[in-house]
Amino acid sequence: MEKIISFTLKYWKQNGPKDKGHFEQREMKDITGDTSFLEMLDILNEQLIEEGKEPFVFDHDCREGICGMCSLYINGTPHGKTEQGATTCQLYMRRFNDGDVITVEPWRSAAFPVIKDCMVDRTAFDKIIQAGGYTSIRTGQAQDANAILIPKTDADEAMDCATCIGCGACVAACKNGSAMLFVSSKVSQLALLPQGRVEAAKRAKAMVAKMDELGFGNCTNTRACEAVCPKNETIANVARLNREFISAKLAD
Amino acid sequence: MWLINSSIGKKVLMSVTGMALILFLTFHACMNVVALIDGDAYNMVCEFLGTNWYALVGTAALAALAVVHILYAVILTLENRKARGNNRYAVTAKPEKVEWASQNMFVLGVIVILGLFLHLYNFWFNMMFAELVGMEGMFAPTDGYAFIQQTFSCPVTAVLYLIWLAALWFHLSHGFWSSLQTLGLSGKTWFCRWKLIGIIWVSVVIILFAVVVLAFALCPDCAGSYC
Repeated sequence: MEKIISFTLKYWKQNGPKDKGHFEQREMKDITGDTSFLEMLDILNEQLIEEGKEPFVFDHDCREGICGMCSLYINGTPHGKTEQGATTCQLYMRRFNDGDVITVEPWRSAAFPVIKDCMVDRTAFDKIIQAGGYTSIRTGQAQDANAILIPKTDADEAMDCATCIGCGACVAACKNGSAMLFVSSKVSQLALLPQGRVEAAKRAKAMVAKMDELGFGNCTNTRACEAVCPKNETIANVARLNREFISAKLAD
Repeated sequence: MWLINSSIGKKVLMSVTGMALILFLTFHACMNVVALIDGDAYNMVCEFLGTNWYALVGTAALAALAVVHILYAVILTLENRKARGNNRYAVTAKPEKVEWASQNMFVLGVIVILGLFLHLYNFWFNMMFAELVGMEGMFAPTDGYAFIQQTFSCPVTAVLYLIWLAALWFHLSHGFWSSLQTLGLSGKTWFCRWKLIGIIWVSVVIILFAVVVLAFALCPDCAGSYC
């Protein structure tokens, strides 16, 4: 039999970065287990609109776990992490129980100012990518697949790093507001491949400098980031970034 | 200068000074064990270090390491609080793999500093400092054994030292692997290895310290006469 639950939803309302913000509360009735978390919020918004109230604002886009737009700090964890490797849009209401109190908050970090309610400005991540998260090599026309030999393990690891969707859960969970897991994943995905290796030193320096400039905190290796990452990025990436950065600076 | 301007540079300073301090603690713990074996031998060590130029240079270097470590701990903590912002989460769930020590390094560090002041007052002030300024004390400045006996004969001091050592264990249990992670000397394979090596290393060092405290607190007469 399908699970149908009723629960109390506490959601954060905030009018812009300077507003103090507050929680609002609503009893959600008879929500089916196969409703996704974002669909549940859609139901909330339909109710609010019908009542002539302002809808609850939250980020979302692809709703299939690959775009990195959905955020939401649910019951004390980014993406309401109830299983490994899932974003908020992949969270289903069957994970909750009848009578639960579900608290929804925005990513809280100085580098991610609130735009409205639970929608935060993550432009800082784009700026870090613009600082060096690319290769500037002229690639010419498409080459044979085996023209540059890349071991399978390296290709796999680079791909694992590249699965980081830049959602910002790492920053949201970090007590230091550090973006090291994101930056290290983006540095790693290129540094592990021969095409990206060429500019690895320059890239590590530029991206770390931009990260510092934008006001992200300093990593203290608490591992909160990897515990909540919806793409299971690990702090081995952070060690790699440290290695890249230190050796780049020593070679200056 | 990247060491003082960049986030990773500042962490490198924390890491290198921290590792140097762990090495010093290891040396200190080994030296302490001598007191359990023979009081005269321990006093020989105290005399050897005394106020010789190399001991003074070593002490100054240690003080410098500690100052850099503490200074950057304060700088990093203040920066991190600013980066975190003023808004706190109403609900927080601590993930299992996040160790308590890793999130409380600053608080643990403060306890370690307080213990350090007590320790410097109990020993360094009465020994190296007394010898330097020619201060007359209850015992000769190089009679370290007598100072150990006197210090740990007070149960309150012994308990304070044990609390201090417990805080130090938690601080170092995270600090050991964290320092290697910061230098980039870790990875998927070495993370678990460093963590295990760190726990064993730090536990041995702290147990050596604690055994001396307990031995002199519980049996001040039998300590030092095992041989």
